[in-house]
Amino acid sequence: MQHDGRRDSRALRTLVLTGGLAALAYILFMTLGAKGNWSFVLPFRATKLAAMLLVAYSIAVSTVLFQTITNNRILTPSIMGFDALYVLIQTCLVFALGAGTVSALDPRAMFVFECTIMILFSCLLYRWLFSSGPRSLHLLMLVGVIFGVFFRSVSGFLQRVIDPNEFIVLQDRLFASFNGVDPSLLGISAVLVAAASLVALRIFHRFDVMALGRDTAIGLGIDHRRTTLAILVIVAVLVSVSTALVGPVTFFGLLVASLAYQILPTSRHRLVLPVAVFIATATLVGGQLVLERIFAFDTALGIIIEFAGGLVFLILLVRGALR
Amino acid sequence: MIRIEQATKRYGQTCVVDGVTLTLPAGGVTSIIGPNGAGKSTLLAMICRLLGMDGGAISVGGLDVTKTPGDVLARRLSILRQDNSLTARLTVRDLVAFGRYPHSKGRLTGDDARLIEEALAYLDLKPLADRFLDELSGGQRQRAFVAMVLCQDTEYMMFDEPLNNLDIKHAVTMMRLLRRAADELGKTVVVVLHDINFASCHSDRIVAMQDGRVLCQGTPQEIVRPDILEAIYGTSFVVQEIGGKRIATYFE
Repeated sequence: MQHDGRRDSRALRTLVLTGGLAALAYILFMTLGAKGNWSFVLPFRATKLAAMLLVAYSIAVSTVLFQTITNNRILTPSIMGFDALYVLIQTCLVFALGAGTVSALDPRAMFVFECTIMILFSCLLYRWLFSSGPRSLHLLMLVGVIFGVFFRSVSGFLQRVIDPNEFIVLQDRLFASFNGVDPSLLGISAVLVAAASLVALRIFHRFDVMALGRDTAIGLGIDHRRTTLAILVIVAVLVSVSTALVGPVTFFGLLVASLAYQILPTSRHRLVLPVAVFIATATLVGGQLVLERIFAFDTALGIIIEFAGGLVFLILLVRGALR
Repeated sequence: MIRIEQATKRYGQTCVVDGVTLTLPAGGVTSIIGPNGAGKSTLLAMICRLLGMDGGAISVGGLDVTKTPGDVLARRLSILRQDNSLTARLTVRDLVAFGRYPHSKGRLTGDDARLIEEALAYLDLKPLADRFLDELSGGQRQRAFVAMVLCQDTEYMMFDEPLNNLDIKHAVTMMRLLRRAADELGKTVVVVLHDINFASCHSDRIVAMQDGRVLCQGTPQEIVRPDILEAIYGTSFVVQEIGGKRIATYFE
């Protein structure tokens, strides 16, 4: 029991520490190097901060939950091609309707529509992979990589054959950075993320059991198919939000989820999820802060994150192969 | 009572379980034996709704396993599978506590805590309770999973080769434990076993399977006989009676 207590307090310390780090990053981001009128600076930075928080939260939560249902620590929604799917949907819309029509539509309605398609597609695509018993990790990886390449290639093809003007519009939509987040999307994103989180909260107690694997989870009375499906829908919504706001980031989720699992002495979702979110937000906000204020350039954050994330991915793969 | 009617499972052209009809009465220990690929584990998995059937029906204690909600079944029926690998980092006590999930849905009561400690003590796991599962040997981990199943405290308990990875002492302890669960607590225990002598010494009934069918069933006295064992396994046996138990040797 004493041992247990020590472990709990270590977990709690980790939670507070990462939370503190994240809070510090937010405060510094809002205040550091602000010149001139606060009534301009604060709302301007707050929009950016809100976008980053939404993105970091979505990526962290979707990755951890995805790893829970797939029962491994290497696959993430992005490695499995989820965000490539979002790009494909966007491209198909512009291709089919034309940039003029797409731009004229209410971006919020569009967003909800895209999310719906995303959910439908991802359920169709991944349900058969995960609901019917255990499959080999290698098969999953392969399928994911092939789906990803397929989605990207089809998008690439469509982007090449459309009108160059329409391509510019499309590119603008796909590669939004934190500096160019559409404020009208922020509201609807927040609503969607909140809705997904509420659903997640209602089935929260099932997550730890799901992590034990399909057979054990069923043995303990979980409706494995329905829970997998529910989590997939949550993941699809969160990935749509993050991709819509800043475009695809492949390895960020893997990075924060692995870090959270590494520094915590337990894999209870009650602790892993908040710690992953704290790490994600602290990394994203802190990284953006350092790049903007100290190095005075702001496009490279994605590259740095991908570089670090890619390294973690390789290390995990090699270690997994050794075990 | 477990009632199996015409249960069938196919993978492509091969029939792994071929129209098995079998009734296992409530109470006692039933061992399922048979050569590799006889369909023992598949049958067990279908009884525990881990695997869908291609035909037939199975009911456990009057509940149809394909139609009854999972959480209702989880309070009547528990299962230990053959391979138990985990990605989650858990201590032994954490894992055993999951056995209470069907009853408490994650909110452990004082009663649950008592049952968890009891299950740990039953399996000799008290000294290991706070160790992480990935720091344990295969046999210790196996015992932790059995403790979890025990903790689930269900009327029907299924074990798929529970003696895997266990040393002799713990294998005997395990079989005695299953015996006690049946005798003292009135549980219905079904075990898939490879060691026929464990089956002979510790079970009330033996069901022998071969090629997806039930070849024969009966008491150990009726099944552990050279001619029958030879028909099941296709190799020669010598059966001796030692201390009232039938012991088969097959090493020559």
